[in-house]
Amino acid sequence: MFSLLRSMWLVFLHMFHKRDTYQYPEQKAPLPARWRGRIALTRDPDGDERCVGCYLCAAACPVDCISLQATEDEHGRRYPEFFRINFSRCIFCGFCEEACPTYAIQLLPDFEMAEYDRQNLVYEKHDLLIPSQGKYPGYNYYKIAGLAIKNKDKGEAEQEEPPVDIKSLLP
Amino acid sequence: MPIINIDNIPYEVKEGKNLLEACLSLGLNLPYFCWHPALGSVGACRQCAVKIFKDQEDTRGKLMMACMEPVRDGMRLSVNDSDAVAFRGHVIGWLMTNHPHDCAVCDEGGSCHLQDMTVMTGHAYRDYHFSKRTYRNQQLGPFINHEMNRCIQCYRCVRFYKDFAGGKDLDVFAAHNHVYFGRQQDGTLESEFSGNLVEVCPTGVFTDKTLKQHYTRKWDLTTAPSICQGCGLGCNIIAGERYGSLRQITNRYNGAVNGYFLCDRGRYGYEFVNSKDRIREPLVVHSPDDKANGLPVLQHVRNRMKPGKVIGIGSPRASVESNYVLKELVGADNFYIGIGETEHELVRLMLKLLQEGPVRSASMQEAAAADAVVILGEDLTNTAPMMALSVRQAIRRMPVEHAISSIHMPAWQDAAVREAVQDDKGLLFILNVVETKLDELATGVYHTAPDNIARIAFAVSHLLDGTLPEVTGMSEEGKQAAATIAAALRGAKRPLVIAGYGGGSEQVIRAAANLAWALKQQGADAMLSFTVPECNSMGLEMLGGHRLESAVDAVLNGSAETVLVLENDLYRRLDLHTANQFFNHCREVIVLDHLHNPTTERANIVLPAGTFAEADGTLVNNEGRAQRFLQVFHPQGAIQESWRWLLQLADLCGHTSLRSLLHYDDLLKAIAAQYPVFTSIDTITPPADFRIAGQKIPREPHRYSGRTAMQANVNVSEPKPAEDADTALSFTMEGYRGEPPSSVIPFFWAPGWNSVQSVNKYQVETGGSLHGGNPGKRLLEPNVNGQTKFYTNIPDPFIPVGGHLLLVPLYHIFGSEELSIHTPGIAQRMPAPYIMLHSEDAHRFQVAAGHLLYFMDNGHQYALPVVINDTLQKGAAGIPVGLPHMQVAEAPQLVKI
Repeated sequence: MFSLLRSMWLVFLHMFHKRDTYQYPEQKAPLPARWRGRIALTRDPDGDERCVGCYLCAAACPVDCISLQATEDEHGRRYPEFFRINFSRCIFCGFCEEACPTYAIQLLPDFEMAEYDRQNLVYEKHDLLIPSQGKYPGYNYYKIAGLAIKNKDKGEAEQEEPPVDIKSLLP
Repeated sequence: MPIINIDNIPYEVKEGKNLLEACLSLGLNLPYFCWHPALGSVGACRQCAVKIFKDQEDTRGKLMMACMEPVRDGMRLSVNDSDAVAFRGHVIGWLMTNHPHDCAVCDEGGSCHLQDMTVMTGHAYRDYHFSKRTYRNQQLGPFINHEMNRCIQCYRCVRFYKDFAGGKDLDVFAAHNHVYFGRQQDGTLESEFSGNLVEVCPTGVFTDKTLKQHYTRKWDLTTAPSICQGCGLGCNIIAGERYGSLRQITNRYNGAVNGYFLCDRGRYGYEFVNSKDRIREPLVVHSPDDKANGLPVLQHVRNRMKPGKVIGIGSPRASVESNYVLKELVGADNFYIGIGETEHELVRLMLKLLQEGPVRSASMQEAAAADAVVILGEDLTNTAPMMALSVRQAIRRMPVEHAISSIHMPAWQDAAVREAVQDDKGLLFILNVVETKLDELATGVYHTAPDNIARIAFAVSHLLDGTLPEVTGMSEEGKQAAATIAAALRGAKRPLVIAGYGGGSEQVIRAAANLAWALKQQGADAMLSFTVPECNSMGLEMLGGHRLESAVDAVLNGSAETVLVLENDLYRRLDLHTANQFFNHCREVIVLDHLHNPTTERANIVLPAGTFAEADGTLVNNEGRAQRFLQVFHPQGAIQESWRWLLQLADLCGHTSLRSLLHYDDLLKAIAAQYPVFTSIDTITPPADFRIAGQKIPREPHRYSGRTAMQANVNVSEPKPAEDADTALSFTMEGYRGEPPSSVIPFFWAPGWNSVQSVNKYQVETGGSLHGGNPGKRLLEPNVNGQTKFYTNIPDPFIPVGGHLLLVPLYHIFGSEELSIHTPGIAQRMPAPYIMLHSEDAHRFQVAAGHLLYFMDNGHQYALPVVINDTLQKGAAGIPVGLPHMQVAEAPQLVKI
């Protein structure tokens, strides 16, 4: 009997609490920065594509909904020729983001992707690419990797010595 | 057999091996870099450290390199000892100090031995925080990409390239911690085996440049066991597909055939499959008033076939199955072997000699074990490149056998043995019309005309066996050559005689057989090897058929109207004039082929035939080994196997025997039943209903990605995956995950071993045969009980005729093969047409290098720029064979200048 009355009292008190329900869609819920929502391809601080087409996201994807083809520009910089995510299959597990060695693929706090036609859930590279560095500002893979690209020759990456003069016999 | 204790577990191992080999053969995971089963041990990388204990009481033990320690009975060692594990972890940590942070953009990633070994040793985090050494890369030509930063200085590349394959232009430069593996300056790697650097290099310094054009990770490839179509040797390959195009060829280990390596034509000649010249849909030429449009294409074919007036022309580059179905469809009387007269006579003779003679045809593995080699009239490097590599190994191995008995070292002690051997070489005699790349290894080299080569070989046979006829009228030089060769061969236990299509001479082939038979009669375990021009030349000859010339006659005299041409460009077989005449007289020409070529231009109906990547089939190589290639992927368009087109046609025509063949296995059984020589053809691979644990064998690895996205741009609902009703393999990643039977291994992978080095998990012992035996079935065995009928007709010596030159064929690894030249890299390495003359002949005809030389053949005039080469026989002229825009001039023949 007492517990019954206590419960009713607690429920009554809730009338004076702050409301937990959001009046979506008029009122948007504040999503945390690490929310695993829409997948985007970000850009490096120079504004170039971060994705180097390494296929690790595709390999990590448990539902195999990522497919891409790597290609190279004339200076040897890798980028994806096409990059496709089938969001009708995606389970937003974030494994792709975890696998990405260049911070290119990121899951953003946005879930409003509903479509009437399932075909529209297939996102190509131009749908995925955003003009932002996303959650990891400042990271530039090619500044660390040893590969030479345009405007960054051998030995110009971080913690690299200038190329060896192989004709030198000096110690 | 010695027993060794590894981590207190006794194992029985093979004597004479080193500990690393023993551990790997036992299936233990022991990391290594510089050791390679084909290259031996040098102990350079310090990666395979194990702890060896003196006896049972010894608890401290000492660290030693497993690859440098021979197996001793009763020895005790530990692979998992904490000191050994820590040592290996540190070594890889040091090797990685300068490794660039670029796995994501490295083509080796996912099939990288360095990645595998790093994970295996547990070196997961970098603890070196200082700056890294960098290098500039080199341009190494169309096949190999160079990224020197990734190097871990294991020296495998130079040991393969220089020591194993005899290359001269890759070496190690600079000193101390700056060593550099590359060429003296930028430029194309000259060796025909440079592509193997991709697999030999444990990391991504040397990667496949053609793969880079359409880069795909190993785990994303749909792969199938296949057979190289580049020449008649039938090397085993793995072909990989992604997004509907063929992406990469890698080696498929076959201990009896190609071992660990491939030549560059085989590895890089695959891109014709993706060519824009591919025929993807059937094409039918209609006359303007023809109302037949809308009919299925095979109905058109049937309408144009009149009983009794149809002939079929087979092909040495089509499978046994396709040729068989065509032969059955048109009838044996109307089936013609689609090869030129000379080639047909040569291959027919080779087949006869191997079937009826007492000497066994050598596999490439057996060739590498020979203790004396005689090459008659062949430029092996260009006609059968991997055989040349085998000969190199034979020559390298012979002095090693002497050396190891005196220095008491096992043969795998590569550095020590090389030091002991120095420049010693085994016995190799080359008789060819012009210099060859193997000349540098030879004990004796004689450049002379094909007939003279045959004469010398006959003379050697006479010297070995006095009952054989003597060669009269020999030149002094010839006599001396014969005496040297005979003296050298007398002591040989496993001599090998090689001849083939390259010399273009039946006399040379007869002389080669005579020589091998004479050696056999002397008690040696002689071997004979003939090179054949195309991947299924031997299979086609076994199937049999009429000569191509009689097909031309049949059409010209009106007894045949419709011609069915199977995967064959007759403009490469007949001279331009005859081919034109032939097609002008045909009422209907129906062609099945992969690529548009001059023959398809003359066709009324073209049916798109599947290449090796889109078809199942069987090829018979020069050794007489039948090997199966399996379909890699389901092609776009209407492409299907030639034999399937023809079976469907047979069904439509109501052909009695072919109608009942519903499945691929039925077809194989029909061939096996009908031809005694092909009896075992249906047992090369397991049948289509073969299952392991109720499952098929997947063509895709378990990490295959993108299944639900790769077609989503077309339709978000995924299509049903293609089904393979013909073989035990499935086109998907679902299926049995363990080790499949050796003949149907689609890819080499083992847990922890993603790179090609995982092949050691599939072998009985490292470098040995695959579990369950090497794939393929030998169809030719020597006739040991019969009386050997030696040849006694000795050709007359070659004497140059005034005003004439003897045209001799010269082959090129890049250029002489029909399909591989549709690959950009191969086309880039192809020579321009030329005619090669001796300087005295050039003087005689008043031409110099670069001038055009005109000559007449069959009433056609040819003009070719002159190249001077003084090693060529005087009175002979070499012309390259098979180059595009090089009209056929039948060689060898005498032409008037």
